Amino acid sequence: MIDILDLTADVLVAGGGPAGAWAALKAAQAGADVILVDKGYLGTSGATASAGTGVWYVEPETEAREAAMASRENLNGHLSDRRWMARVLDQTYANINELATAGRYPFPILDDGSELRRGVQGPEYMRRMRAWLKRAGVRILDHSPVLELLTDPAGAVAGVAGHRRQLDQPYRVRAGAVVLATGGCAFLSRALGCDVNTGDGALFAAEVGAAFSGMEFSNAYAIAPEFSTVTKTAYYNYATFYREDGTVLEGAGSQRGRSVIARALLTGRVFARLDLAGETVRAAMRLGQPNFFLPFDRMRIDPFTDRFPITLLLEGTVRGTGGVRVADEDCSTGVAGLYVAGDAATRELICGGFTGGGSHNSAWAMSSGTWAGTAAARHARALGPAAKRRRLIATGQAGLRPTGAQLGTHHDVVRAVQAETHPYEKNYLRHGDVLAEALATLDELWTYTSAHTRGPDPVGGRQAAAMVAHARWMYTAALARTESRGMHKRLDYPDTDPTRRHRLLVGGLDELWTKADPVRPHTPLDLAVAS
Amino acid sequence: MIELVSKDRCVTCDRCVEACPTNVFDRGADGIPVIARQSDCQTCFMCEAYCPTDALFVAPTVTPLPTGDPLRNEDHLVATGLLGSYRTGLGWGHGRTPGSRLAVGPDLTPHKESSHQAASNGRSCSPCRLISGR
Ligand SMILES: Cc1cc2nc3c(=O)[nH]c(=O)nc-3n(C[C@H](O)[C@H](O)[C@H](O)COP(=O)(O)OP(=O)(O)OC[C@H]3O[C@@H](n4cnc5c(N)ncnc54)[C@H](O)[C@@H]3O)c2cc1C
Ligand code: SF4
Ligand code: SF4
Repeated sequence: MIDILDLTADVLVAGGGPAGAWAALKAAQAGADVILVDKGYLGTSGATASAGTGVWYVEPETEAREAAMASRENLNGHLSDRRWMARVLDQTYANINELATAGRYPFPILDDGSELRRGVQGPEYMRRMRAWLKRAGVRILDHSPVLELLTDPAGAVAGVAGHRRQLDQPYRVRAGAVVLATGGCAFLSRALGCDVNTGDGALFAAEVGAAFSGMEFSNAYAIAPEFSTVTKTAYYNYATFYREDGTVLEGAGSQRGRSVIARALLTGRVFARLDLAGETVRAAMRLGQPNFFLPFDRMRIDPFTDRFPITLLLEGTVRGTGGVRVADEDCSTGVAGLYVAGDAATRELICGGFTGGGSHNSAWAMSSGTWAGTAAARHARALGPAAKRRRLIATGQAGLRPTGAQLGTHHDVVRAVQAETHPYEKNYLRHGDVLAEALATLDELWTYTSAHTRGPDPVGGRQAAAMVAHARWMYTAALARTESRGMHKRLDYPDTDPTRRHRLLVGGLDELWTKADPVRPHTPLDLAVAS
Repeated sequence: MIELVSKDRCVTCDRCVEACPTNVFDRGADGIPVIARQSDCQTCFMCEAYCPTDALFVAPTVTPLPTGDPLRNEDHLVATGLLGSYRTGLGWGHGRTPGSRLAVGPDLTPHKESSHQAASNGRSCSPCRLISGR
């Protein structure tokens, strides 16, 4: 191992997906000296880079905006907030237009010469963002996962420590403010591009006292061909689903009816065929999402005429909505110097209890990134040069600094946490008794991990601990929400309880707590009550 | 999973070593990258997209393929047009049109084919046309 790399910046951004990239760009545009560090590589890493996203890009016309906001409120359990939706729609519209001009993203050109700006291809989008960040003077450290936050003696976040894994070199960055944009947690399920998303940022945030919201909305499962990782689900709207014997699986569907698929998968295989797509649609699909076809072309399957086996892969909070609680409009967290963006932050403010795709996530990533980056730059400027002379205190615990003798490896912990989170009968088709048992197992696993897990490599240990912590917040919140709402469906509480239309906070590391968020969602229902 | 690094095609540029998000490759002594941690491969296809000479192949399967599998055979991959096919799909590489320029996907709510055709001829269907994503 070589000597520690010691760096200083005004703003440190952890994570180089779209949320982190926009945060870094906006902080730099606001005049800050910015360092962005990523576990992988800014350009290829994270859920967007390999998948691509539709974007919630809606013309600023009253009717269109109203329809866009209203469209998901029933599905999301009326937990989204109209004021946040309106500002995300505004910010997303501005950012995408800036991406097209200053960011030089090549959008499709329509017959009348205008551009179609409602979606981005992941590799192209993130390649352009990288080039743009470099032009803006952002320093990028790839393959440099953050391992922990550093605070000053008063508890304000003052930097990060991490590991440059290709050089086997530890590093430390002192900063006036930190933006966490490390994505959600998909529990190493192999969902497309998500293996870097192990919930690290959530663990770091909890260690400095941040709280979470919406962690019960963490059971997103996506369709993929059984042998593959490609969890691109939109085109399954054109599918019919079958049992192994060739009979149609009634009630199964991509949007509604995914739980029918989950149930069927518990007892046998399920097959799909995109038989509702005609010639025109087929051709458009190839242009729209070339990566959707990679598994089929390479396995010599024609998805339009052949029935192929499918599975459901856990995407957890990547296409769930839970994350660090956002304390204010600037995406601050309530911990001085700490800001959150993208999937690391709760998306309930615009998605309530349901997302699953359909462009809100990407809109949230770029909007929250913009606000967090701008506010972090402002915070750092207000602190002035004294910020860089603060004494630093390391905050990392589980997976990094075990309290007892080192035992086993992080691989054992990962397998154990996956056994409690991946199975449909535990996480998808939720029941209180099953959740309680899984949570008890996870609590024991947490005690064990905190005491004994470290490495063999420091990143693996931290990832494992982060996943255990994530799973415990998920199930604690899922048990506390004794009703069905949004994507959180309880077999033992199948109905929605109108008295529980509030967001649910959860927090803690050894001892967990939950409580209703005192801040109410601002929805048309509330307005109706008020008037 | 990543299954092939073609020694003949590789120009030892290190792009894949840098770009792989899960750090699967090591630099080989001769400059040709080595698949050092195949079990960490998340089958995201990004290394293929970044390789300037189409020297890499990622099988779509999540477990390693057996030695004799045709998807590990360079000649087979060239003959079937699979080697470099993701880069072609993305329109990456000299002289190609970026795929994002052409990425107008279908309407995501299936219409009857006839009505969709009618709609997509004009611009009337474009509000519900989504490009990439999901
Ligand atoms: C298959 C698929 C399709 C999707 N389609 C859509 C869609 O059509 N529309 C839509 O709106 N949303 C969609 N989503 C969701 C969308 O991709 C995410 O909401 C979005 O990527 C979030 O951006 P992010 O920057 O917060 O996280 P990510 O893009 O996941 O990026 C997180 C980054 O943090 C880095 N990181 C993680 N841990 C650390 C650490 N310890 N230190 C440093 N860096 C770290 C990772 O390497 C990664 O680069 C889809 C998701 C998937 C999986
Ligand atoms: S497919 Fe993705 S994870 Fe696998 S080697 Fe290539 S870039 Fe790395
Ligand atoms: S990107 Fe391609 S050419 Fe460059 S080192 Fe990797 S395999 Fe070789």
